[in-house]
Amino acid sequence: MSFLLDKMKKIEPLFKKGGRFEKLYSFYEGFASFLFVPDKVTTKGSHIRDHMDMKRTMTVVIIALMPALLFGCYNIGLQHTRAFGLNDWPVIQMFLFGFIKLLPMIIVSYLVGLGIEFIAAQIRGHEISEGYLVTGMLIPLIMPVDVPLWMLAISVAFAVILGKEVFGGTGMNILNPALTARAFLFFSYPGRMSGDKVWIEGLTKGGGPDGFSGATPLALARLDGFDQMPSPMEMFVGTIPGSVGETSVVAILIGAFILLLTGVGSWRIMLSMTLGALGMGLLLNAVGGNEYTQIPAYYHLIMGGFAFGTVFMATDPVTAAQTNTGKYIYGALTGIMVVIIRVFNPAYPEGTMLAILLMNVMAPLIDHYVVNASIRRRLKRGRRV
Amino acid sequence: MSTLIRLRKGLNIKLAGKAEKILLPEVPETRFGVRFADFPGLVARLDVKEGDKVMCGSVLFHDKAFPEIKYVSPVSGVVRKIIRGEKRVLTEVVIGQEGSEKIDFGSAAPLSLAREQVKEKLLNSGMWPVLRQRPYHIVARPDIVPRDIFISVFDTAPLAPDLDYVMSNTHGSYLQTGIDALSRLTDGKVHLSQDAEGTRVAEIKNLRNVEFHRFSGPHPAGNVGVQIHHIAPVCRGEVVWTLDVQDVIAIGRLFATGFYDRERIIALAGPGVLNRKYHRTRPGASVAGILKGKLAEGNLRVISGNVLTGKKISTEGSLGFYDNMITVIPEGDYHEFMGWAAPGLKKFSYWRAFVSKLLPKKEYILDTNLHGGHRAFVVTGDYENVLPMDIYPVYLLKAILAGDIELMENLGIYEVAEEDFALCEYIDPSKTEIQEIIRSGINLMIKEMN
Repeated sequence: MSFLLDKMKKIEPLFKKGGRFEKLYSFYEGFASFLFVPDKVTTKGSHIRDHMDMKRTMTVVIIALMPALLFGCYNIGLQHTRAFGLNDWPVIQMFLFGFIKLLPMIIVSYLVGLGIEFIAAQIRGHEISEGYLVTGMLIPLIMPVDVPLWMLAISVAFAVILGKEVFGGTGMNILNPALTARAFLFFSYPGRMSGDKVWIEGLTKGGGPDGFSGATPLALARLDGFDQMPSPMEMFVGTIPGSVGETSVVAILIGAFILLLTGVGSWRIMLSMTLGALGMGLLLNAVGGNEYTQIPAYYHLIMGGFAFGTVFMATDPVTAAQTNTGKYIYGALTGIMVVIIRVFNPAYPEGTMLAILLMNVMAPLIDHYVVNASIRRRLKRGRRV
Repeated sequence: MSTLIRLRKGLNIKLAGKAEKILLPEVPETRFGVRFADFPGLVARLDVKEGDKVMCGSVLFHDKAFPEIKYVSPVSGVVRKIIRGEKRVLTEVVIGQEGSEKIDFGSAAPLSLAREQVKEKLLNSGMWPVLRQRPYHIVARPDIVPRDIFISVFDTAPLAPDLDYVMSNTHGSYLQTGIDALSRLTDGKVHLSQDAEGTRVAEIKNLRNVEFHRFSGPHPAGNVGVQIHHIAPVCRGEVVWTLDVQDVIAIGRLFATGFYDRERIIALAGPGVLNRKYHRTRPGASVAGILKGKLAEGNLRVISGNVLTGKKISTEGSLGFYDNMITVIPEGDYHEFMGWAAPGLKKFSYWRAFVSKLLPKKEYILDTNLHGGHRAFVVTGDYENVLPMDIYPVYLLKAILAGDIELMENLGIYEVAEEDFALCEYIDPSKTEIQEIIRSGINLMIKEMN
């Protein structure tokens, strides 16, 4: 690898101040530090530093996303064959079909998002932050497969600029950028983000058999009663219509396992959010009301974006509550909100996105009270002495 | 036996290169130095100029705000050089050792003296700066009577010397005299914290006029600041003092003999040294003789103190005023191909994202590479895991960065020193200079409160 290092060092002056490409320095630095951990040494404070850095943190999340992504590819193909009656496709063909469909979405997401990040880093004179590596992978996974690429591009630009960079970049944002992108499309182009056509490749372009419904379980439960829903097993495995990465609870659980094993994802949030949703579901089962309240509580955990949101969205350390006590409260309230929105809001069959965004806004308030409790303990101690 | 305080939070860094328990005699050194950076916040006024002859105990410089606090020469000789840095800021006073004249400050039994007399002796002899106060972790102000005095008799920092071994080889007979002097200085107690097993040194066990405590748990359980937090925390308006246990001996010796003599035992440790042992030396002495012929190959960093809080010095540099060890580790000025993606078999880490977490390996060689670039704070909940105090580290840091005095006060700035946050800095994936931020917060408090 030394020839690569030599080459890199040779072109470095071009990107330094006064060099021909000085405006591309953040771009150069981003790639150079991607290839080689820099030779920077500690100058103050602790002489040794942990090997952990932002790149590795983000890489772990991306690895954790892989099962959901791979299953998503397969499921795109599977749903397509079901809708169009292509019963003779082998699994590998379904997978490749989905992969070819998903790849452009991922590329567009990264090109637009990282492009903006590079520019922002250059303007600020910072190094590129790795936060978008995860966001850029999350966005295609929470979109319907049939979303046009230009819409995807606009939503990414909106999310990165207004959701993140105006606040100061990764670490400073209030809302989860990936969900900001989805919410933007959801309210700007509702026709392409909900209904019974968008979840299956090809249906929106016409074609497909008459009367075939590609509705998600959540929509089915609302429109046709929950006896029309797929079986719990199907919803758990994920062979149902839905956003690309959200359908398979199994694949998401593998990701959750990776996040918890490495300690990158917060178990406090995952646990309390699951318990919050389950508790609220059980409460509604007991109270009754509309037909929707009668859905078995555990259905809420396996349908829609709940699992994906719990594992990958609500746990975003920047936008979640930051204190350990706050995480329990934040998670539980998010879980409760998911179920409330699903059951009582006729306009939105899916509540996970809105619940998490709402709680993102509330998280600093939760932390405020937790930190204030610590302050009060300290002041009380002072009076005692 | 005293009750045991169990701490669970913290981290023991498995750094290779512990010192072997063999004590070597003092190597005669000709270069001595007193560094100003050892006393944060100090504005000094020089009392000597280059070429002046000094004795052991002669005043080199004093505090501008409290002129009675004097800093003295550790040896007799000639002031060779007064080193200044950028903007002529004082860096170090270098003394060439010559002769062996020393000032006699007179011996006395501390219990027969009044508080003012004990204070005066410590101030006049230049022994005073061994006392540091919380809040702020700076040299103690002589005009305030401390609520209590705290001493830690174990050190949990990476590769730190075994203080039991150190104490069993020093002049333990001076300990009681030192404690007596200290007990004269406070209306409260002199607290002495030991590790879970308790000390095996008879001279410590039999001490009178002290209150014993025991602590178990990983680093920073041995940090006196953490111990204070759990024994009797510092509240607004209170002041406590802390000092190194070897300086209790130095104080005892001062009262017993009348001379300024801070001879101490230090550990020479770290993967950059071949022959790691304990050495007799004194603060200010050059480390050249100790290091001679013992350094490993390659580009190394010599640190006076431990790897988390020590100061980088040259191979001829002098031992810091408060340090009890010299650590040598390899510099990390190399590029690592895709290092962030490697499985990390040989990489020690706090984080479980490295395969090394699964291995029972005991020791790792760590270098000075930053292993990443500066980022904003992203991860949460982990800084708290290595700080065994009821303090929210990131909130405190953000209050400091925002310059919010009241919030800093409420979040616990009075209780902390940069050393307590060293592990937060070590594990931080965003590579924030946390210790520097804490010190700047303390400096801001000192400025605002006066």
